[in-house]
Amino acid sequence: MAYPKEFRYTKEHEWISAKGDTATIGITEYAQHELGDVVFVELPAAGSKVTAGKTFGTVESVKAVSEIYAPVGGDVIEANAELHNKPETINGDPHGAGWLIKVKLANPTEVNSLMDAAAYEAYIAEKQKEASA
Amino acid sequence: MRYLPKSPAEREEMLAALGVKSVEELFSTIPEAYRLKEPLNLPPAMSEAEVIDYFQQRASENSVGYTSYLGAGVYNHLRSVVTDTILQRGEFLTSYTPYQAEISQGTLQAIFEFQTLMCQLTGQEVANASMYDGSTAATEAVLMAERLTNRRRVLVARSVHPEYRDVLKTYAKNSGLRVEEIGYTAAGTLDTKGLEASLKDDVCAVVVQSPNFFGAIETLAPLADTAHRSGALLVVAVTEAVSLGIVKPPSEADIVAMEGQSFGLAPSYGGPFVGVIASREKFVRQMPGRLAGQTTDREGRRGFVLTLATREQHIRREKATSNICTNQALCALAATVHLTLLGKEALRELAEQNLSKAQFALKELEKIPGVRRTFSAPFFNEFTVELPRSVKMVNAALLQEKIVGPFVLGTTYPELTKHALVCVTETTPRSEIERFAAAVQHTLEQSL
Amino acid sequence: MSNHSNRAVRHIVLNEGLIFEKSSPGKRAFDLPPLDVPAVDARKALGESHRHEGVEGFPEVSEIEVLRHFTRLSTWNYAIDLGMYPLGSCTMKYNPRVNEYVARLAGIATEHPYQPQELSQGCLKVLQLLEKCLLEITGMHAVTLQPAAGAQGELTGLLLIRAYHEKHGNPRKRVLIPDSAHGTNPATAVIAGYEVQNIKSDAAGQIDMAHLREHVTSDVAALMLTNPSTLGIFEQQIPQIAEILHAQGALLYMDGANMNALTGVTRPGDLGVDVMHLNLHKTFSTPHGGGGPGAGPVAMKKILEPFLPVPVLVEREGGRLALDFHRKESIGKVKAFNGNFGVLVRALAYILAYGPGIRQATEDAVLNANYIRKGLEGTYDLPYTRPSMHEVVFSDAIQKKNGVNTLDIAKRLIDYGFHPYTTAFPLIVPGALMIEPTESESKEECDLFIDAMKAIAQEAQTNPELVKTAPHNTRIRRLDEVGAARKPVLRWKPAEKQSKAAD
Repeated sequence: MAYPKEFRYTKEHEWISAKGDTATIGITEYAQHELGDVVFVELPAAGSKVTAGKTFGTVESVKAVSEIYAPVGGDVIEANAELHNKPETINGDPHGAGWLIKVKLANPTEVNSLMDAAAYEAYIAEKQKEASA
Repeated sequence: MRYLPKSPAEREEMLAALGVKSVEELFSTIPEAYRLKEPLNLPPAMSEAEVIDYFQQRASENSVGYTSYLGAGVYNHLRSVVTDTILQRGEFLTSYTPYQAEISQGTLQAIFEFQTLMCQLTGQEVANASMYDGSTAATEAVLMAERLTNRRRVLVARSVHPEYRDVLKTYAKNSGLRVEEIGYTAAGTLDTKGLEASLKDDVCAVVVQSPNFFGAIETLAPLADTAHRSGALLVVAVTEAVSLGIVKPPSEADIVAMEGQSFGLAPSYGGPFVGVIASREKFVRQMPGRLAGQTTDREGRRGFVLTLATREQHIRREKATSNICTNQALCALAATVHLTLLGKEALRELAEQNLSKAQFALKELEKIPGVRRTFSAPFFNEFTVELPRSVKMVNAALLQEKIVGPFVLGTTYPELTKHALVCVTETTPRSEIERFAAAVQHTLEQSL
Repeated sequence: MSNHSNRAVRHIVLNEGLIFEKSSPGKRAFDLPPLDVPAVDARKALGESHRHEGVEGFPEVSEIEVLRHFTRLSTWNYAIDLGMYPLGSCTMKYNPRVNEYVARLAGIATEHPYQPQELSQGCLKVLQLLEKCLLEITGMHAVTLQPAAGAQGELTGLLLIRAYHEKHGNPRKRVLIPDSAHGTNPATAVIAGYEVQNIKSDAAGQIDMAHLREHVTSDVAALMLTNPSTLGIFEQQIPQIAEILHAQGALLYMDGANMNALTGVTRPGDLGVDVMHLNLHKTFSTPHGGGGPGAGPVAMKKILEPFLPVPVLVEREGGRLALDFHRKESIGKVKAFNGNFGVLVRALAYILAYGPGIRQATEDAVLNANYIRKGLEGTYDLPYTRPSMHEVVFSDAIQKKNGVNTLDIAKRLIDYGFHPYTTAFPLIVPGALMIEPTESESKEECDLFIDAMKAIAQEAQTNPELVKTAPHNTRIRRLDEVGAARKPVLRWKPAEKQSKAAD
């Protein structure tokens, strides 16, 4: 699949879409596929801080729990309330309605050091080759 | 050996199929120096009759033929033979944990019914499939409160069962929890002034037991308010579950930790019993232990599965809500069968009989000069009396009359030497209660 | 989803609803003997604590309905009494019935833990004999029978280790755990206040000795080792592993879940293990009962004896047995009363039935596992080829090529009359099939199992959809676990009086 070009990506399969000093963060199509049907999402409250590289929440399927790592640092403006009642939104629309949190970036330039769409696509192509080897 | 379904010829065949000469070769990965050359030094093998005989000998060296006035967390109640008939069915007795739901619906539906019954009894919204016992359930309830509030102090009533407090201390030592005790009043219930003085915004849980270790029933609503005002959770432990037949359920509690032994489980020298944790729905993801949930199969039929397993050790590993794996499923089944046999009416009658018997016993004892009730709070089937002489001495004399006397409170409450915890259930005939009181009176008269 | 012509097909035995759905006011299943003392007015006696009504929603049914209800439910279960459970590391062996009989004897089932010790000598003798037998089997010096299950045994073991290190001035920070370990190991380490450090397995499925050496520092309290490992392979280097740990003052804990491969053949104490737990509901035949009760005794070397949980069984003059609660250095109580005594009775009955011949059970268990391994090698991928002991781990790599995974194969195995093996564990084998037959299976049952597994492998090639949509022959098909987790329904509620029973 072609990943949105305006997003940036992490090795832990998060995406981030930044505009000025605010950004939206979610998990990628690859991640939701690996996880399977999402049953529960645990997200931080508005006002809490996230730190680059540290976990800020979890996404659960029936058989597994995935930690979500913050791609960048900042303050949480909003967590996606819809996911509380409809966690399956992450499966259906991981790059859109399935967003996890919106943050005010501590350092907007941090985003530039992340993978772009092309690099991420190459990264997961490599992963899929390893898996079927 | 009668448990091994192989003939010597079949063993030979299988070894031949493996291309080895003897079964010794299959142990070649064990370094030679560590392979035993001699059989273990165990008692000689016994036939079935000899096994039975061994345990019958041991049984004869215990307390058969004695009447007991012990409660203190383990209770003698009537048990129907129907319960054992069900429990001994191989499909329940010898089945595994119901991870493969399609061939475990019997176990899963029974667990779902157990969870429901526990909610109905305790006035809570959700209950799990069992913990090891009441003491570990109480401990896990505290750990759950710690996770929910992120606080590290626990206030526990001294009138909570001493062994429950001991188990909590053992677990608390290593999780950075500070456990402090709150005393009791002359009425025998929690010292609420002492509680308020100790409550700060660093307390995760206030733990009380009702009926408490002295048999006294606590008033929970004001305790809940007090705890909640400082952001702490109220944990209520219940050791005598039959009390819930006529005592108001602890619905004000945030978490209930109950011992279900009174429902169909023999005292069995201390175990196996069945612990229960029941709580609010909003706390369910922090609840330890297994949970059975209702769902449908791909053809729309109702069925049950273990659910919310991501809380548990086999998935969450070091981040699990608990390390519990094997719990007490068969004991929970016993409680489920027992409770469905009792049903609404008989449970209430059973509780009323306990109340009446205990009140009768108290009246008989209070007729004895120098014997009086220690506390004034209402009680269910256990109460505390003060004797004019040492309880140990009285109990030693009672033993000669084939009576196992009441629990000596002085062993765990040094300020209560000469006080005894008397338990009377529906199983003690009136004539025995009268004989007990007479024996106590006689002993006290003798020693003057 | 039902239509009229379907309703007649399902037998009533398959259609049993919840007990609450059969309830009707006024039905009774239990009568009490009449009250022989004056009845007390509960409202007066209890005041505002009085529960005026009976428990709301509690079932009201008759005795025959209770009996039929649970009997019908039981017929929906698989059980050892019916056939093999090839579940790895569960050791689903025969649960001897004499064990049930003796556990229920008056004088055994009826004893109160607080009754005078002079009236409990029979119970205490049972405990003492079991202790002696378990010490002989494990090669250890002291044992506690208190822990209620394996996980609680693990916690007890780690608390003993912590107490030992604290006495030596430093509780230390970390516990090493192999990546093949059961989930209770890391969960327990955290409860005991330790950080977990994962140790890799090497290409042969054994502990990676280089990785281990690198991580054993003076900050390490212990290594938690399962032996044989969860791959069913004996850790040949265990004496060296013990040395490496001891050189740094660390201790070796053994998870005894796989004792069924060792009993009577070798002893963990001889191998250098300092402390271990046993699962009586695995190796020692006490029944699983749908998920417990079990018992997890902990056996240890002399250095840990001072820290034993209370009470400790002691022998006084004249041979009188007693429970000693006054142990200054004890880690305290891990559970109320005396452990799962009823389970301990059953385990002792099992050991007494076998005597020194208990080694034969171990030999048969290992023989069965190897026989099955031989039968399925080539049909299923074998990721680790070192000799198997009492269990063998395959993977679904071959079948995955047709989109069939270990879970599908397991579900199809149900159609052949078997309970599935352990799927997807240990984690170090992707798509694992973990198979442990135990000694309780005859050659005939083992052959049936091999045939079934071969047939499924064939189906995976020629008709994968059949396997992926299994089971087909059960009362209930695959259940919606996602729905159950998204919107948990964890109890029956009166409002939901849907007539939607089985169908």
